[in-house]
Amino acid sequence: MKIHEYQAKEIFAAYQIPVQEQVVCTTVEQVGKAYDSMNHPVVVKAQVLVGGRGKAGGIKYCTSKEKAVDAAKNILGMDIKGLTVETVLVCKAVDIANEYYVGLINDRNTKSVLLMVSAEGGVEIEEVAKTHPEKILKIAIDPLVGLQPHQARNVFFKFMKDGNQVRQAADILVKLYKLYVEKDCSLAEINPLVIDNQNNVIALDAKVNFDDNALFRHPEYDAMADYTEDEKLEVDAKEKGLSYIKLDGNIGCMVNGAGLAMATMDMIKLYGGEPANFLDIGGSSNPKKVVHAMEYLVNDKKVKAVLINIFGGITRCDDVARGLLEAFSQMKVTIPIVIRLSGTNAEQGRGLLANNKELITADSMGEAARKVIEAAKKVK
Amino acid sequence: MSILINENTKLVVQGITGRDGGFHASKMKSYGTKVVAGVSPGKEGTTVEGVPVFNTVENAVKATGANTSVIFVPAGFAADAIAEASEAGIKLVIAITEGIPTIDVIRITPILEKNGTKMIGPNCPGLISPGKSMVGILPTMIFKQGNVGLISRSGTLTYEMVNQLSTHEIGQSTCIGIGGDPVIGLHYRELLALFEGDKDTDAIVLCGEIGGDAEEQAAAFIKDHITKPVVAFIAGQSAPAGKRMGHAGALITSGTGTASEKIKAFEAAGVRVAKEPAEVPDLIKKAFAK
Repeated sequence: MKIHEYQAKEIFAAYQIPVQEQVVCTTVEQVGKAYDSMNHPVVVKAQVLVGGRGKAGGIKYCTSKEKAVDAAKNILGMDIKGLTVETVLVCKAVDIANEYYVGLINDRNTKSVLLMVSAEGGVEIEEVAKTHPEKILKIAIDPLVGLQPHQARNVFFKFMKDGNQVRQAADILVKLYKLYVEKDCSLAEINPLVIDNQNNVIALDAKVNFDDNALFRHPEYDAMADYTEDEKLEVDAKEKGLSYIKLDGNIGCMVNGAGLAMATMDMIKLYGGEPANFLDIGGSSNPKKVVHAMEYLVNDKKVKAVLINIFGGITRCDDVARGLLEAFSQMKVTIPIVIRLSGTNAEQGRGLLANNKELITADSMGEAARKVIEAAKKVK
Repeated sequence: MSILINENTKLVVQGITGRDGGFHASKMKSYGTKVVAGVSPGKEGTTVEGVPVFNTVENAVKATGANTSVIFVPAGFAADAIAEASEAGIKLVIAITEGIPTIDVIRITPILEKNGTKMIGPNCPGLISPGKSMVGILPTMIFKQGNVGLISRSGTLTYEMVNQLSTHEIGQSTCIGIGGDPVIGLHYRELLALFEGDKDTDAIVLCGEIGGDAEEQAAAFIKDHITKPVVAFIAGQSAPAGKRMGHAGALITSGTGTASEKIKAFEAAGVRVAKEPAEVPDLIKKAFAK
């Protein structure tokens, strides 16, 4: 789960990580007032949950109230990569002497929280990782003792000369690690961490993602969520025990298991079609889940045909068939459906569906993919 | 032979009194797995599906000599259960539970390392050495004893692969679902090495998916250390970037972890890559014909 910069900075502040004075605004008037209250050059920053805000013109440095108001007029309502800016953050501008990148992530390879620090602050770290991996210093943190102050100091002494600066930066890092663990993050980034012309070390930006697997023990995160329409569908699906991601194609799929669901999408693409979604109905095959799954497919107006691919393990094909029959009795399904049932109770499942002559059956994934693409072509 | 589990596997089921734990304990037992104990704090003295239940893994090990554990404990408590098994001397833990917070798995990793405990999963379907033992939730009827080892990040896609193999009379030595989470126990490299050393395994099928670079690392490892033929399949070629495809670990971030990179890496390592699951048996047959 992603949160906005202003929310991340509120958490930073609670952990005594220095951030600039900030005011969250949703109107141009509020931005004007915020400028007055600071009486200092400000930066107006779009709050959208996507990278590349600066490049899109969503971050403006303003030296007067008029400029701040103009920036707010421009940025509020702006579209950045498909997201509309509804909130801006007004921050007191900082005179930057030096900037750094600091990040913590859950690392697959070292099976630890990995600390990354680089002197290439302010730019996309992924770019640095690709072009100059040697410029990123990485330390795998021992989860039993956590990030120790000397580790943090040692890192920054490689980049900074002034002991006072190092002490401040190391202190921030230790606090960031504490926050990371306590808040169940999957990413915490300060990009850039800056030294201003007064020798203060400040977190100029803040990016925090929470581990989706840990949301159950942080009910307070619910109120922080800002989901797009598509993400709302995904969250809603998750509550129903489904994993659903809407895509742009016209062939809907319903599959059990994430890997098979991906492979099914791949097959559709391999045979010349475009998948409309990723949809995993999960392990246990409650017929209700199938009904919910059909709702998503039928409600997506782009979907011209549906492929149901079930390899029964724990999921029983007869349960899926029952769910489908229930779905047909509850909603009008006019689009063609290709179904492939294999594994646990496949025979019973096919038997239950035998009277539904409009269903197109297939024995293998390949056959099912070919048939569904053909069926979609015939639909106007 | 086979790897990790066989007829000598003595299994303790942690979370046996839960719905899934009880159900799959009975399934494993009927396949022939030696399910010797269950653990559920506060339920010692009872039985589930004829299996004696203990309060602690320690008690279960003492009383039954269990050497392998399978975890059906809910996500919030699962990491603790894995650590408990490790501290009780269990050398192989299979964590079926889905949705364990990543930091919890990271936190117990040093405990597993200290005790020399191997972990499969979490968020995995388990493993099977056909005809000998099954630990997990795998649909046993599709497997067939034979000489092909299989490693997969997925559950049902594994079944699809195995079904293809068995239908073409290609049996399996051991099949392992390693799990779809970002941080997991044994990975491709360790398992490839085990299969390389197993005299009853003559070829290996590796079924990967998008996210991370474990497949790339596996490719490099195969090039340097594996002499047996390897056939691979990668799921998620049509997956968009930035979206988590069901599995917590199946995520393309900033253009890394894509299917095409992984396929390229495998091909460069001399691994045959199947375009679709149905191609796998053919590629195995071709590998054997050489």
